[in-house]
Amino acid sequence: MFHLVLVNLGRNPLRTLLTLASVTLALFLFCALSGVLDTLQESIKVGSETRLVTRNKVSLIFPMPKSYMQRLQAVDGVKRVAISNWFGGSDPANPRDFFAQFAVDENYIPIYSSDVDIVEWSQLPAGVPAPAGVDPKLAVFETEQTACVVGIKLMEKRGWKLGQQVTVRGTIYPGDWTFTIRGVYKAKKKSFDESSLLFHFSYLEQKGMGGSGQVGIYVLQLADPSRASAVASAIDGMFQTSAPSTRTESEQAFQAGFVSMYGNLPFVLRLVGLAIVFSILLIAANTMMVSMRERTSEFAVLKTLGFTDGAVFGMVVAEAAVITVGGGTIGALAAKFGIEKSGFNMLGFLPSMTVYWSTVFVGIGIALVIGAVSGLIPALQASRLRIVDALRRVE
Amino acid sequence: MAWIEVSDLRKVYQRDQQQIPVLDGLSLKIEEGEFVALMGPSGSGKTTLLNLIGGIDSPTSGDISVAGTNIARLSGAELARWRSNTIGYIFQLYNLMPVLTALQNVELPLLLHKMNGAERRKRATFALELVGLGDRLGHYPRQLSGGQEQRVAIARALVSDPKVLLADEPTGDLDRKSGEEVLQLLERLNTEFKKTIVMVTHDPHAAESADRMVHLDKGVLSA
Ligand SMILES: Nc1ncnc2c1ncn2[C@@H]1O[C@H](COP(=O)(O)OP(=O)(O)OP(=O)(O)O)[C@@H](O)[C@H]1O
Ligand SMILES: [Mg+2]
Repeated sequence: MFHLVLVNLGRNPLRTLLTLASVTLALFLFCALSGVLDTLQESIKVGSETRLVTRNKVSLIFPMPKSYMQRLQAVDGVKRVAISNWFGGSDPANPRDFFAQFAVDENYIPIYSSDVDIVEWSQLPAGVPAPAGVDPKLAVFETEQTACVVGIKLMEKRGWKLGQQVTVRGTIYPGDWTFTIRGVYKAKKKSFDESSLLFHFSYLEQKGMGGSGQVGIYVLQLADPSRASAVASAIDGMFQTSAPSTRTESEQAFQAGFVSMYGNLPFVLRLVGLAIVFSILLIAANTMMVSMRERTSEFAVLKTLGFTDGAVFGMVVAEAAVITVGGGTIGALAAKFGIEKSGFNMLGFLPSMTVYWSTVFVGIGIALVIGAVSGLIPALQASRLRIVDALRRVE
Repeated sequence: MAWIEVSDLRKVYQRDQQQIPVLDGLSLKIEEGEFVALMGPSGSGKTTLLNLIGGIDSPTSGDISVAGTNIARLSGAELARWRSNTIGYIFQLYNLMPVLTALQNVELPLLLHKMNGAERRKRATFALELVGLGDRLGHYPRQLSGGQEQRVAIARALVSDPKVLLADEPTGDLDRKSGEEVLQLLERLNTEFKKTIVMVTHDPHAAESADRMVHLDKGVLSA
């Protein structure tokens, strides 16, 4: 019986293939969009109230003076302050293949020590002692002006090796910048991006800013997480009359703000996803209807032979389900593995995209529903068909 | 009671608001093992009568008893099962599944009976050999001549060993020679395998193959 379903699918291979392809594409897009949304959601979760981010009140893209550093350090409740500055360069050999670079100071990696591990590092020459107060794993990095630390995913993707020199072409800060890889970091949490390159802010300051430091954002480590909002308002109050003023928020809110720079993206994406699924539903339903109408007399013959209305109904639904579930499965899996392989990560601000298995299964579920719905009308028609009417039509 | 017994059968088709009476109080008896030719002008209700006997249409009133079952009282699903056990149907236009081979077409009715694939294949092959197409098992309908297609259709009709074979103008679309082969086949099924056959035909020559002719005119039997 199932054999009959399969050979019927084969009777117009092009049509079957096109319908299958449209469902594949729809489910690919659906799962990819869901992946983007889930990743956004996840990235908002990464932040911890143990850290605050201070930025220029007007916009993230304007810097603040480096002199703010001391004043932030002095605020009660702030344990440590680190600098992070967006570099925005690209690989001259591979300009389209984007990865994020940040110029950071020596406090930055220690502040994130609960989130990242240094898994590979260059050793100091024998006998040379590590500088005081510096993680021995970062000793070489800290003592070398042009050193950098790279995320493990980026290392693997580019095939880079520890100790190798890599060149980045600046877009905001012109020129070719050559860095030596002195450390590799790995995230302890899945949500932490592993595709960035971190190098010394002092190097950026000297080579790219003519010595006068302007800072993109300050990351503050707090002594007491429960006082986060009090500290944040104290800081913004302190700079209220300064130019520029600041905006201090939890890392979580900062990332959410970054995400919303893309406008109402999540909402639009969900709408687009729904529209795609719905239009595919219509296409699939229409195709099924056309294909079934051509076979009216065959259904009548099956019934004459003694196949019940229910059996004919099941056959038509099964045919629709094979197309949509087949296409849906291919599309959903392609989204999962294709997107995860590509390492797409929204310009480095977000961790690499993940399409969850739950999304894949929801996708396949949707395909199943599309199959059922698109097969339902033709299946009902076929099962309700009166033999004598159907046979007269061909004679 | 006769093998096929139709009594006071009325069939009125409803088209839009219009009522079209086709059979008007028709009664007919056919004995087991008989080969009956049903003749009459176009539109006289031959196909309608055949469909009623075959349980693929239901009467407006009256009774139809076939092989001891009064089918006028059966529900849709009961009728479907009854058909698969009792009736072999042969259409004018063969009506084979174009996507299935000759063998698969003949196996189709057996899907409704409990048996394994090997047994199904054995029976279907036997039926095709019986109609002289033992060498065409893997051919698709489009690779067969009209006469061969009709013989595959006959194999399909007899493969589940039905009690009654119904044929609606089985030679209507065939040339003289192929038509002759089909008629000989039906005669053989009647004499050798004792099948009860009701065949609608326009062709007086074809009707001569039968034991008996029944004329239908304007919904009533005329002779
Ligand atoms: N399903 C139906 N709906 C409405 N009218 C029908 C239907 N089936 C048959 N009729 C009408 O019933 C009458 C008898 O039709 P039927 O097909 O039984 O004739 P027939 O004797 O088989 O004719 P032919 O020799 O042309 O096949 C015709 O007038 C036909 O239009
Ligand atoms: Mg007719």
